[in-house]
This record gives sequence, C-alpha cells and structure tokens, in this order.
Amino acid sequence: MIAPILDEMISTRKAFGDALLNLAREGYDIVGISADTSISMGMGPFAKEFPERWVDTGVAEQNMLLIAAGLASTGKTVFAASYSVFTSMRALEQLRTFIAYPKLNVKVVAGLGGFSAGIEGVTHIAMEDLGIVRSIPNICLVVPSDAIATQLATRATANWNGPVYMRIGRDASPVLFDEKYTFEIGKANIISTDGNDLAILVNGLLLHEAIEAMPLLKNEGIEATLIEVHTLKPLDDTTILKSAKDCGAIITVEEHNIIGGLGSAVAELLSRNYPVPVEMVASPDKFTESDTPENLKLAYGLTTESILHAARRVLQRKKSEK
Amino acid sequence: MDKKNIYNDDLIRSLEYQARKIRYEIVRVASLMGEERRAHPGPALSITDIMVALYYGVMKIDPYNPHWENRDRLILSKGHACLVLYTILSDLGYFDRRHLDTLRHIGSILQGHPDMRKTPGIDMTTGSLGNGLGLGLGIALAAKIDGRSYHTYVIIGDGESQEGVIWEAAQTAVKYNLDNLTAFLDVNGWQSCGSVLETMPGQRNRERWEAFGWNVININGHSFTEILTAIEAARNYKEKPTIILANTIKGKGISYMENDNSWHQKAPSAEQLEIARRELEIL
Repeated sequence: MIAPILDEMISTRKAFGDALLNLAREGYDIVGISADTSISMGMGPFAKEFPERWVDTGVAEQNMLLIAAGLASTGKTVFAASYSVFTSMRALEQLRTFIAYPKLNVKVVAGLGGFSAGIEGVTHIAMEDLGIVRSIPNICLVVPSDAIATQLATRATANWNGPVYMRIGRDASPVLFDEKYTFEIGKANIISTDGNDLAILVNGLLLHEAIEAMPLLKNEGIEATLIEVHTLKPLDDTTILKSAKDCGAIITVEEHNIIGGLGSAVAELLSRNYPVPVEMVASPDKFTESDTPENLKLAYGLTTESILHAARRVLQRKKSEK
Repeated sequence: MDKKNIYNDDLIRSLEYQARKIRYEIVRVASLMGEERRAHPGPALSITDIMVALYYGVMKIDPYNPHWENRDRLILSKGHACLVLYTILSDLGYFDRRHLDTLRHIGSILQGHPDMRKTPGIDMTTGSLGNGLGLGLGIALAAKIDGRSYHTYVIIGDGESQEGVIWEAAQTAVKYNLDNLTAFLDVNGWQSCGSVLETMPGQRNRERWEAFGWNVININGHSFTEILTAIEAARNYKEKPTIILANTIKGKGISYMENDNSWHQKAPSAEQLEIARRELEIL
C-alpha cells in the first residue's frame, strides 16, 4: 500500500488543481470558483481550459460560497477553493446554512491548512477549521496526506453526493503513496501493522512524521499499527474501534488544535464504546506565530519525536491501567 | 416611470383580488400562530403585491413539477417574510393549504424561514439576512453556463442591505453581466428594531446601485401596473442586472399594521383578524 519515503515533493494544491482539470476533461459537470485564489489554490489550469465554467468572486469568500450554493442548486458539482481560515471562519455561516443545511453539492477545498500557512502568521494559520466544520451536520470532512491522496480525494469528493470540506496544504510536501494507494471516503487506511502494542491514528501531512516514527518505535521494541484516518466525517468507527480492541492503546496525530479534530473525534467514539488510553499529538490550545512550517512543527510539538513520546506515555498508561 | 396602463384591466383586477386573498391568509396564519410562534406579518405584507405579480402574472413555473429545470426561480432573501411565499405556494397548489396551520411546529414542511428541502416550491433556503443575492447569482450563472432561458428573481429588504455580503454579490453580478437576474429592493423603511434611515442614515439606494453598475428602476411597489412594467423592462434590459426599487408600506393593506413596526413579528388577535377580513373584503 505504501511507497517508501521518496525524495519527491509535490504540493497538494497542485495535485488538487490537476485532479480537477482531469475530472472536467472526463466530462464531469463541474464549475470551479475561487475568491482571488485561482493560482494560489492550483486552479489556474482548469480556469484556462474551461473559462466558461470558471468563476472568480474576487476577495469575497462569503459570496464565493453563496454563488457555489446557487450553482449547485441547479445540479452542478461545484469546487470552491480558498484558504482554510476563510472557508471555515470568514464564510462559516454560508458553509453551514446554505451548503450543509440544504445538502448542496459543493466541495469546499480549504488550502493552507494547519502550519502550511506558517510564514503568514496566525491570521492565516487555520488550526481550528476541522473542529469547527466537524460540528456541522451533513458535511463530509476529509484531510488527505499527500499529493497522491489529494488527487484521489478530489475524485472521491466529486463522486460523493453532498457537501464536502477537504483540507489540504500549501507548498510541496513528501509523496508518501504509490499507485497502489486507494482512497474511499469514510474508510480508514491501514498503512502498516508491525504489531498490536498501540495504534497510531493520523491524518494530513503529519502522516509523514508518523511513518518516520514507525522504525524508531520498533527499535525501542514497540510494535505499532499505523492507520490513516483521512475522513474525519463520516468517521470509520469500525476500523477505529477494532484498533482499540486489538491494541488497547491509541495515539492520534494531527496538524490541528488539540480541541476538536481527530483526537477529539476518536476520544468521543472510544469513550462511549470502548475506552482505552488515548494520547494526542496536536497543536496546543493557543495562538501560534510566524515561521516556516518545519520550524513551527518543531516549536509546537508536531514532530516524529512527539509521536515517540506519546507512544511511550500511552504504553505506560496501558500497563498501569490494566 | 411611464404610468400608461399597457396591461389588461382584467389581469390587474385579478391580481388585486389575488393579493387581497393572500393578505388575508397571511394575517390569518399569523393570528393562528399566536404569540408563542410569532410569525412576521408586516414584512410579508409589504412585498405581497410584488410576490403576487411575480407568481400569478410573470414567472414560468409548474406547481406539479417544482424541480422543473427551466422554471423561473425566486429567492426570498428577506426570508422572515416567508408567510407570503408559503401562502402563495399553497394557493398555487405546491402543497395543501392545511400545511399553513402547521407553520413553525415540529414535523411541519413549513419552517420558521424558507427551506428548499422541506417545502415544495422553495428554490433556495434563506433567512439569514444578506445572503439571497449571492445565491441568486449562482443560479443565474448556471443558466448562462447551460444556455438556459429561465430568469432568477431575488427579493431583498432595505434593512438587510446593511449586510456587507449583499455588496460582494452586487459587484459580481455586474462582472458576469447577469441580465437574467432581477432583484427587488423592498423599500418599506423599517427593520427589526426601528426605521432604516435612523438605524443607518444616508441609504441612497438609486445612487449606490447605479454606482455598482446596475440598471435601476424606481416604482410604487403596490401598483401592479408599475410592477409588471418594471419587470418587463428588467427582462428586456441586456448586459446588466436590474434592481427594482419598490417603495412599499410595511403592513400594507391592514390599517392598523401599516407603518406600525410593532407588526414586524407579532400575532393579531381574533378581533384584529376580523378587522383585517372586513378591510380586505374577504367573505
């Protein structure tokens, strides 16, 4: 399933834009819409080849989502793309009331997720978007982990009947998957199964760090199962509960505030059904600051090292809580 | 504008009769809802004549096929005025009249504000103010993309024009030459807590819509001749969207409600309903 960690780096924005173009070429009845984000969201090639199906509202994200809703009400599949701070916060009410509530076929593509917008500072760093959007009914919420996953996720969301929020990154990030990778909405991917000491549940670009952690854990004698939970909603309850039963200890890894994202979703599920110790690798509940994504991940604890620490903590708890 | 009556007197008379019927139904349902479920009669009555002209005299619709792809669309951006929309849709046969009595109750197809998934005939969910114009733009753009001939109408309130997103949509409609979209601005002069001009002074509607590049027509929103003439002019105007500034009276048609903003959201008593019935000459 998983390719070795390659040197190749591709931006998830570019992957999204390429996938959108391919879908349109294949005959999907797609309209693309941006808020002065055509180039910055990778939609330039689509806009150039399909100008009659391309809308740009200028810097007006609320209007972007309203127009998207109107277009979708006539039967079109609409991809609306901007930055995740704006799609989840500036235009939150439009997303909730006019897309999610009437179940309109709008795919909101939210770029610059997590620390990928790091150099811009807090105004552009969306660490809250997944928690916000997850609390809205009717929306499918996906967080692909690399360019390959983003391409497949774009296709999967186009085939999904209803509203979608897809969070992607910005600059080039490591390619993690090969052509054997599959992406099915609502179905977690088991990436590797060294053993059943604990399960690592991860989504987004931090899957790279989680993959790096696996051999290091093994060196310490810890045999883990690594699962990519690319869909936060609908959550793959079955796979997550099975991993809790098989392993008895879980860590979650995500580029998000510790409140509201994957960690919360998993904790909500397990606490009601099968409580096991859970440790969360996530950004602390505070505003961060400007720097490169790599430096910010280091400063705020979203690293391979943090995953190792969390693994040791959760195993300690598993042992002592037995 | 040209006041010459180019419309058949019978048509005008029948629309006037229809409007009286609809007004009575609005007040009846508002009364039935009582203070517990308070509906909004005032803002429904100010646009009743516009809505009656559109639904009974202009729009291409098929009540037995609410999802007909080529139907004209109407978006009630000032969604709290939905009493008028619900009563018209039920009168046209989109759903049975008895549903009106279930408004704002659990299980009803008629929500507190318009819901496109629950109510046959509603083209777009609305109610949170300021959003209807952008939604209408999407529908009008889809017609351009697909080469369809339907027309999109949006009813905006003068109070909700304080919302910034209205103006995001206003500029975009001009960018895409949406001459297949016509907006009505219901200039009734009132909003939830007071007069529009006191709440936000300096609202010069003609100047600002013209500055955004729209074709602007000014009418008396209670004259069917003026409403129909303006709609025809709007539909014939090419390259630009049109907004019809309709000067209206909040609570129009019921003496004690006219220009009394306490009727923005309030239930008439049985006695008040009876007065309305007599004033509207409903038997």
